[in-house]
Amino acid sequence: MMRAPVAKIIPFSNVDGPGNRTSVFFQGCTFNCLFCHNPETIHLCKSCGICVEKCPAGALSFDASGTVVWNSTACVGCDSCIHVCPHDSSPRVRWLTVEDLMKEIRRSAPYIDGITTSGGECTLQNEFLIELFTEVRKLGKTCLIDSNGSFDFEADPRILTVSEGVMLDVKAADGAWSNILISHTQELVLKNLDYLLSVNKLHEVRTVIFPGRDTENAEAVRTVAGHIGSACPYKIIRYRPFGVRERYQKLLGEFETETEYAERFARLARECGAAKAFVV
Amino acid sequence: MSDALNIIQDPTLTYKQELLALARLGESTDDSLRYSDAYYEAKRKGALCDLNEGVMPYRPRYICPDYTLLFEKGCRFLELDPPKDLLEAVNALEIFYCHVPSITSFPVYLGDLDKLLEPFVIREDRAFAKKVLGLFLRNIDRVQTDSFVHADIGPEDSVTGRLLLELTEEMQLAIPNLTLRYDPEKTSDDFALACIRCMLKTAKPSFANHRMFVREWGERYAIASCYNGLSIGGGGYTLPRLRLYECALDAESPEDFLARELPRHIDLQLEYMDKRVRFIVEQSNFFKTNFLVTEGFVKQENFTGMFGVVGLAECCNYLLGIENKKKGFGMNTEATDLGLRIMDVIDVRVKAHEAPYCESYGHRYRLHAQVGIDSDGMDDSPGTRIPIGVEPPMLDQLEVNEKFHPYFPTGTGDIFKFEETWLRTPEAILPIIKASLARGLRYFSGYLENNDVVRVTGYLVKKSEIEKLRAKKQSLNNVTVFGMGAQDGGHALDRRVQQHDESSGR
Repeated sequence: MMRAPVAKIIPFSNVDGPGNRTSVFFQGCTFNCLFCHNPETIHLCKSCGICVEKCPAGALSFDASGTVVWNSTACVGCDSCIHVCPHDSSPRVRWLTVEDLMKEIRRSAPYIDGITTSGGECTLQNEFLIELFTEVRKLGKTCLIDSNGSFDFEADPRILTVSEGVMLDVKAADGAWSNILISHTQELVLKNLDYLLSVNKLHEVRTVIFPGRDTENAEAVRTVAGHIGSACPYKIIRYRPFGVRERYQKLLGEFETETEYAERFARLARECGAAKAFVV
Repeated sequence: MSDALNIIQDPTLTYKQELLALARLGESTDDSLRYSDAYYEAKRKGALCDLNEGVMPYRPRYICPDYTLLFEKGCRFLELDPPKDLLEAVNALEIFYCHVPSITSFPVYLGDLDKLLEPFVIREDRAFAKKVLGLFLRNIDRVQTDSFVHADIGPEDSVTGRLLLELTEEMQLAIPNLTLRYDPEKTSDDFALACIRCMLKTAKPSFANHRMFVREWGERYAIASCYNGLSIGGGGYTLPRLRLYECALDAESPEDFLARELPRHIDLQLEYMDKRVRFIVEQSNFFKTNFLVTEGFVKQENFTGMFGVVGLAECCNYLLGIENKKKGFGMNTEATDLGLRIMDVIDVRVKAHEAPYCESYGHRYRLHAQVGIDSDGMDDSPGTRIPIGVEPPMLDQLEVNEKFHPYFPTGTGDIFKFEETWLRTPEAILPIIKASLARGLRYFSGYLENNDVVRVTGYLVKKSEIEKLRAKKQSLNNVTVFGMGAQDGGHALDRRVQQHDESSGR
């Protein structure tokens, strides 16, 4: 039975696509973005056990095979485990089957328009998602993919046949800043941008605007605007330090991006052709 | 110092509030309406509560006049002809409202305003109609100075409905309370979304489950006061409450409570209701001489008694020995199931009771999940609500509500407080309301956390008006003082905030 590591399920979300949606966050990411708001979803747990002794509720323990296991009933949700984890991971990940996940989605299904899978990077679970989306669509609900663009959709477009589309993060223009910011190049992300546009599966694009980074912000926005034009909404997101690892807050900023500053880049995006650019 | 002197020297009371307080004091000097010793004992223990209805009822608690009759035939007593245009219609209503009694002495039901006024509104220029309706709302806010004053709109979209929403948002008034009668087939999504936007910004309108109310009351039902379902052309005689937590204090076990203490208290409350209803109908003047009755705006047979309950959550937690509310009623299947068994006992026993003067309802009273009063503090949560401060995520809260709301034809409801992002996405709230109403929710209220106008437990107050009272100044709205008490004693403004999505960042 296929299983996938699920970090969190949010039954009602109004910020992960149109209408009310159930958001499923998968564990594990292909990037390591400095501004990640939930860095505990980046890596899979190594069972090092540092969190076990720090858990004040006794909700973490080792099983016979030496794997760290989480007791959700005993857990008090204090987040001590993710704060002490040196590996940007979490012991509170559940390895679920599609049917496990469907049990929870069926509960929220009457109240939602659809589901959005996110992460981490949910496309790491491509085969699982195909099966999941097939089941969700039987309920008459839509399926959106929230992705960092590190999966080659053109090489394997099967997931797109069972999904309404992709909400793509384009975090930087290609170049040195991209390598610093996300530890990755933008080559595949931009290829995906064009491909998803060409098959009409690009639901929206998002770029985070960092305080004081005039050049880097402008380059990212120009790049996206040049590709998407008015084909899909372009969300200009203000950087917020909440949840960002402390050492990176020092580099990126300890305060959130001012709305007015972000508006400058929304205007720039519109000037460069992204008619549906707006700040959120 | 005498009670009367206390009243006339209280700097926070307006003249009219003094007058009403003195009237209540005067009423309390009579003791000819007597109950059994067991009733008084239960009342003294706090297990029964009469909501300070007064010992000598001289009118039914809630009156829902049939305003369509005023527009068709006029009113002889008030010397009003049927209105011929919008100005006459609004003027007739403003006059009529001043003569509709209630427990608060203010009209708790203002009519289905969109249906009543639409024929007049559509004959006028939109800007003129908006001006007139704006003055009408201002008149209501300044003259009917009590948040239990309640108007209804819907289920269909209308020019009047839209204008009332626009004005409600622009004027930011606590009065009147407002309900949308929502039916997924009759209410367009566009109109529902306009109502949601208005609700987030002004805490009104609330969404009433139109189909559910129609099944119980027929098409001609009113939502009055906080969220009371009643008949148009009728009303509610009285609304006492079982304070279920206190009812349970002498029970030895859940089974003992269900078999002995609960039925005993139900019967005592029924005794109170029967005597009171008989007195209102047989002894007081209202049903003999009041123009509302003699001219047919209400009919005695369309009244019923509202059998109220509060504190189900605390009752269940107490009976099961649950001390941590976070793991109690609403979050714990055993406690929630006990709640359902308790409601079944109440429902069956009240339905088995032959009630006087409730002809239109098979001689039966109807259940009401009372919304709480300021003196309840944290002992008894409103009706069957999950206690404030331990509410689970919205989906869980709705699922619990859906189980309990069908018990209460004379009203229940829950309130959801949203953080600011939901204002940008009303289309994310509509499917939640739609689904929950389809699954048994009766009444949905919401507001944004940073509003000035907020819904306290069922009624609306302005936070800025509460601050006036704290500064020992007067507040025109009679209900502001209840809001202050509920905020201090029941933390009623601290309900859980619906976040957008705690882990949206990547």
